[in-house]
Amino acid sequence: MTQKLVVIGNGMAGARTVEEILARNGDFTITMFGDEPYGNYNRIMLSNLLAGVEDEAGIFLNDLSWYADNNITLHAGTKIEKIDRKAKVVIADDGSRTPYDKLIIATGSSSWTPPMKNVHNPKRGFHQGVFAFRTLDDTRGMIRYARDHERAVVIGGGLLGLEAARGLQNHVSEVTLLHAMGHLMERQLDEKAGHMLQASVENKLGIKVITNAMTTEILGKDRVTGVKLADGTEIPCDVVVIAAGIRPNTQMVADSGLPVERGIVVDDQMLVRGEQDIYSVGECAQHRGNLYGLVAPLWDQAKVLADHITGRDTEAAYTGSKLSTKLKVAGIDVASMGLIAPELDDDEVIIYSEPKKGIYKQLIIRDGALAGAILVGDNSKAASLIQSFDRAQALPEERAEMLFDIGGPAGEVKPEDMPDDAQVCNCNGVSKGAICGVVNAGCKTVSGVMDKTRAGKGCGTCKPLVQRIVEWAAGGEAEDDPAASWYVPGVPMPKPELMAAIRKYELKSVSSVFEKLVPGGEHDAKSKMGLASLLKMMWADQYSDERDARFINDRVHGNIQKDGTFSVVPQMKGGVTTPAELKRIAEVAEKYNVPMVKLTGGQRIDLLGIPKEQLPAMWADLDMPSGYAYAKSFRTVKTCVGSDFCRFGVGDSTALGIAIEERYQGLEGPGKMKLAVTGCPRNCAEAYVKDLGVVAIDGGKWEIYVGGAAGAHIRKGDLLVTVDSAEEVIRLTGRFLQYYRENANWLERTYAFVPRIGIERIREIVIDDSDGIAEALDAAVDEAVQSYKDPWKERAVPATPGQFRTSLPLTVLPQVPVRS
Amino acid sequence: MTIAPIEKTILGPVEEIPYGEGRTYAVGLDMIAVFRLRDGSLRAVSAVCPHKGGPLADGQIDNRVVVCPLHLYAWDLATGCSQSGQPPISVYPVRVDDGHIILGD
Ligand SMILES: Cc1cc2nc3c(=O)[nH]c(=O)nc-3n(C[C@H](O)[C@H](O)[C@H](O)COP(=O)(O)OP(=O)(O)OC[C@H]3O[C@@H](n4cnc5c(N)ncnc54)[C@H](O)[C@@H]3O)c2cc1C
Ligand code: HEM
Ligand code: SF4
Ligand code: SF4
Ligand code: FES
Repeated sequence: MTQKLVVIGNGMAGARTVEEILARNGDFTITMFGDEPYGNYNRIMLSNLLAGVEDEAGIFLNDLSWYADNNITLHAGTKIEKIDRKAKVVIADDGSRTPYDKLIIATGSSSWTPPMKNVHNPKRGFHQGVFAFRTLDDTRGMIRYARDHERAVVIGGGLLGLEAARGLQNHVSEVTLLHAMGHLMERQLDEKAGHMLQASVENKLGIKVITNAMTTEILGKDRVTGVKLADGTEIPCDVVVIAAGIRPNTQMVADSGLPVERGIVVDDQMLVRGEQDIYSVGECAQHRGNLYGLVAPLWDQAKVLADHITGRDTEAAYTGSKLSTKLKVAGIDVASMGLIAPELDDDEVIIYSEPKKGIYKQLIIRDGALAGAILVGDNSKAASLIQSFDRAQALPEERAEMLFDIGGPAGEVKPEDMPDDAQVCNCNGVSKGAICGVVNAGCKTVSGVMDKTRAGKGCGTCKPLVQRIVEWAAGGEAEDDPAASWYVPGVPMPKPELMAAIRKYELKSVSSVFEKLVPGGEHDAKSKMGLASLLKMMWADQYSDERDARFINDRVHGNIQKDGTFSVVPQMKGGVTTPAELKRIAEVAEKYNVPMVKLTGGQRIDLLGIPKEQLPAMWADLDMPSGYAYAKSFRTVKTCVGSDFCRFGVGDSTALGIAIEERYQGLEGPGKMKLAVTGCPRNCAEAYVKDLGVVAIDGGKWEIYVGGAAGAHIRKGDLLVTVDSAEEVIRLTGRFLQYYRENANWLERTYAFVPRIGIERIREIVIDDSDGIAEALDAAVDEAVQSYKDPWKERAVPATPGQFRTSLPLTVLPQVPVRS
Repeated sequence: MTIAPIEKTILGPVEEIPYGEGRTYAVGLDMIAVFRLRDGSLRAVSAVCPHKGGPLADGQIDNRVVVCPLHLYAWDLATGCSQSGQPPISVYPVRVDDGHIILGD
């Protein structure tokens, strides 16, 4: 039966909760009461409205038609004065009584006014010229009044006060900020950061800041003429804005007999303590002793409340939020999250300070996870820090990478500074405007936007920028994306869980994984390739190979080209060939009229533009094994000539490269594996920038580097170990590659994988065998090596009907229509 | 959604298409990709990707979409609609009858 739902408070939390309930098809007749005479607007944007970078129309979230469209009765400008719990009705200031089955209290907060003489005027609330900064009406009043006045004072040096001060500069020529504490934003910043911020605010923005300034009195008879501080100082001004804190709106609730401490006491389902039918959400709610004054926690609360009230998930629980904030003042970068000072002896503290530029960065790390961070003067790393903070992600070994972009493209562009037509994804040609369009249409997860626009789906280097744009366009409402941790998008599990489940149920084919592990058994085309790779790795020759799970490249063992033809790259171990082999390749190229013969970046020869149906015949004529230049697999081992010929060579790089390729050829993995062996540190074979690179050094030793890259992302590999023999190199190469195969996410190349795990940890596991799995890794990679078969031998009989039938362009005979 | 009219045509035995894969057929001047879903049913769409001419029959499918092998855009096999803002592809009626692929009504 449809229940009556009443919502008190039409602010950000109330309206969002209703949206979440509608999204879950909740069966309610909804009535909303809001003290403010409007639909629902984005309170956060009042700062931008004041600063003149947003207009009123731009800050409305839901206009009146939204309420009508969703059958919501809105009483705007109506205040609820009492809740009668026995009768289950709410009583409004117009005397009306509205019955409810379920009630949500989302009354938010009001601006708090510190005790000051002469601040109130018995007739009109505040003294003329004094304003709070909380509502649209406050902001309108302030703008109207400030327009024909010159000097403003803002009381309160927190986030809100700073934003108010900056906004007022848009309307008056002189702004002074008074802060009662020793430094600005003392809740979010430590002392040093606070002073650094103050310097920037004074020098860059020209706002005068006075700290330790206790305002005791508002001066002026019928309108403001100044303020007086505790030490007797008088500051003349004609506008005063109070931004000294907020207090939850709970009086009416307490008077109605509901439990109120600092806020309305709720449990993990957002139910008011002791109540079955009354919920509370937003700034007015006190959860596990905490009150929240930011929107992110409210969004989480709204979801849990909606899950619970609609019965969608009665187990849903809100367990609290980690807080992060950014200051919305153009030109002044400030971000803060979690702890602002270490608390335990072994909390790790990392500080970078460059006072001349006003840059200050502090990280606090506890048990390997980010417990707090402060950024002043440079927010370029804010998004990634907030993400590692929220999700307690593993941190890079090189802590400096968290503070600076090292080895990446210099200077991160800010989304707000980019023109709409700026191209973000250079592979798929997606502009900033296109991304924002999708976000504005309601898609607020990074992976959702990537799916819809294909931005970030080419080489992947633009992904961080796509993420920043999505976060910016969503106005801090970008949603966490559970799918981000899944191995493939279509199976809701991270890799370790997925592997455990595959083992538990002995799932040996891709279709069986979908059927067993996806709720509803839905297959997903975009997940098949990743699953095929994983299952092949886990089950080796027991894997049940469904050919449709393979990408076309793996079905026909060639790399598909833009015109639907394929490339043929024969194996050429270590880049070493012979005249006889070259002749054979030349003859084949002539016989088949190969449109292009080209040397690859991996030291072999590419025959391009081969129609699918010609592949088997060409392989037979070549009679060389596949070079695997098309698969997510072990690709090539580049080598330099080394000690055989080179006058600098100290190791036989060619022989070792060939031996490594001989052993690990065709090994599938979560991403490509490109290797190199070089005969001395001059590094002619570019081993430092390979997934695994081997460098001969004097004394018959070899260094092994892992995690290097020189594609769209450039990274020098980390030195894993130095060993004495080529055999040792071959063995450890296999062990590292197997560890990578088992633990990397789908398409996660070693340049991301190695820093994610940390080179120290990899060394412990692969070299020192701290986890006791070395033997198992060796055995697993050996099994994979033994099951290697040259795919180009699959040519006499097609593996499936029409395996090599052309898909385009068609040369088959036209079909004859039948008459019926 | 564009359901294109097409003359009734027998394309060949259904075994020509492995489960979960697609094959291209020429019908008059049209080129049509026919897919055999893992549930045994068939879908037929225009064979040429509207993005940059990729061969859709070489794409991977599930029970809903085909993903073009060249740039991985996806189209709904039942409606022909793109899920990523590309132009739609034509869809054709197709069914299995007595082991044969019958295109058209
Ligand atoms: C200028 C400004 C900038 C901000 N910037 C940020 C930011 O950058 N990031 C961030 O995370 N947060 C920011 N905040 C805080 C954020 O806006 C609040 O956390 C959020 O609005 C709280 O939502 P709420 O629904 O709990 O309260 P509100 O949005 O205040 O909604 C409560 C509503 O209930 C109404 N109401 C109260 N009592 C009654 C009653 N008895 N009967 C009927 N209606 C009633 C009120 O009139 C109000 O409309 C900012 C706030 C301000 C003022
Ligand atoms: C569809 C996309 C791509 C195709 C078709 C492609 C194809 C190829 C081919 C055929 C080779 C020669 C490989 C060999 O001899 O084994 C090659 C080499 C290379 N590719 Fe790609 N590639 C693609 C995407 C990428 C991306 C996204 C990157 C970077 C992130 C990249 C970086 C490289 C590098 C660095 C080499 C040289 C390898 C070496 O020197 O060993 N490629 N590519
Ligand atoms: S071969 Fe590589 S670098 Fe060249 S166009 Fe293709 S993807 Fe880009
Ligand atoms: S890396 Fe060293 S050994 Fe190899 S070719 Fe260059 S100089 Fe010679
Ligand atoms: S050609 Fe099909 S997606 Fe580009």
